[in-house]
Amino acid sequence: MNFVEAPRGHDVLVDVAGAGVKRDGRWLVEGVDLSIRRGEIVTMIGPNGSGKSTTAKLVTGVLKPSVGTVSRRTGLRVGYVPQKLAIDWTMPLTVRRLMTLTGRYGPGEIAGALEATGVSHLAEAEVQHLSGGEFQRALLARAMIRKPDLLVLDEPVQGVDFSGEVALYDLIGQIRDETQCGILLISHDLHVVMAATDTVICLNGHVCCRGSPESVARSPEYLSLFGARAANALAVYQHHHDHTHLPDGRVLEADGRVVGAHEHVHEHEGHSHHGHDHA
Amino acid sequence: MLEDFFTRALIAGIGLALVTGPLGCFIVWRRMSYFGDTMAHSALLGVALSLVAQVNVTLGVFVIAAAVAGALLLLQRRNTLSTDALLGILSHSALAIGLVVAFLSGIRVDLMGFLFGDILAVSVADIAVIWLGGAVILGALVLMWRPLLAATVNADIAEAEGMRPEVTRVILMLLLASVIAIAMKIVGVLLITALLIIPPATARRVSGTPELMAVVAAVAGAVAVTGGLFGSLRFDTPSGPSIVVAALVLFLVSIAVPARLWQRKREA
Repeated sequence: MNFVEAPRGHDVLVDVAGAGVKRDGRWLVEGVDLSIRRGEIVTMIGPNGSGKSTTAKLVTGVLKPSVGTVSRRTGLRVGYVPQKLAIDWTMPLTVRRLMTLTGRYGPGEIAGALEATGVSHLAEAEVQHLSGGEFQRALLARAMIRKPDLLVLDEPVQGVDFSGEVALYDLIGQIRDETQCGILLISHDLHVVMAATDTVICLNGHVCCRGSPESVARSPEYLSLFGARAANALAVYQHHHDHTHLPDGRVLEADGRVVGAHEHVHEHEGHSHHGHDHA
Repeated sequence: MLEDFFTRALIAGIGLALVTGPLGCFIVWRRMSYFGDTMAHSALLGVALSLVAQVNVTLGVFVIAAAVAGALLLLQRRNTLSTDALLGILSHSALAIGLVVAFLSGIRVDLMGFLFGDILAVSVADIAVIWLGGAVILGALVLMWRPLLAATVNADIAEAEGMRPEVTRVILMLLLASVIAIAMKIVGVLLITALLIIPPATARRVSGTPELMAVVAAVAGAVAVTGGLFGSLRFDTPSGPSIVVAALVLFLVSIAVPARLWQRKREA
């Protein structure tokens, strides 16, 4: 096995090894290997139903793995923004009150978190009245007020328009820079995430490819999953090329050799294809 | 003499309302009112069984209500029928089995008293049970408030951030079973849910935080009990239903009047 992010240093926050979740006789996800280190942003992408949220729940401990192991550093403090959060209308919950949902924080800390995510003016608003983007910012503020070691953000830009999306991703990168927490970010689309992300994991029932954003965008697994158009959108983020994918699927290596896609080995590769023979 | 039993009824009823209000908030927030109803209906089975087994009725009701809640949690995991249908089955079966057992046992039971409550027959010992039991339940709510609320807002967040939503859920069931056990004599199994649901619903409009809603619900419940009992004395109507009617009137007032006032205050 040649996983790139396998080193078990003291700054590894969570390590998932060969984990899978089975429900009602069906594998929601399997063969997941990943680790998140302090200060690292890991972005997980994949189509609907590919097991992204399930994997996030494995990492946070909400779900227990049916096989494999998930080890969290002891005393790991997690901040979690789930994908779906419907708060019943009958609960009077202001943004300010939301901040102290799972812990006790002073007015200064609350003001600081709301300030950082740009929702200070909404402190007294009821969460049920917020727009999609405002709500996501409030949830992000709630997660970061915990000063977590690990932030798990499940589609944090849903319901946010494009410029808001960019701003939100900038904010997430900023949180990482300032607090040096590890971040697991789940996204259904890759192209805005790229800038701040250290590692991309492409999921489709199993880990289908992984590596730096540039290398994943060029990987054949990614292309077959998302199509060539998705790759074009990523062109702007490709900084260095050690090889080029030719239109006919072959690969032009940096040293000038032309090889077939299947012969070409990505540096980032940790393909765990043992999940394929279960169908 | 009249003064005496009426005062006892007032003290017992207010003591109960102070507990059902805050606990009922969780029932409302979690959309569990039918669940509460099912547990309350199972209380009659608890009465019948404890009379047959000759054990304390309050204890018997608590055990059976908790057992029904546990059965429901287990059945829900099996994913066979919808929760809605399961509740319907459990609720009415428990009620029916309770009636059948009561009939078969040949024990003379004041069925109407258990179905609709008999607050005017409350003894000093009953008052002690209500206030002591109520204090324990309220104490548990206060101690567990943050995890209970977090698990209610989102169980996944609570779990991810180091809480135990499954445990809080079980504790909530046990608290609900206890309230049903002590409330049965006051309003009866058919009307317990009303005291759990209507005061919190009344409080919703005028409360800005969950904590305030719990307090207002307790007060609204106490007002409903007082109003209902005085109404029942004045118009010679059954006390349990009169309390529920009073609670309903309060609720209607809350959605009619303060809604606009509250809105304006928020916009200002």
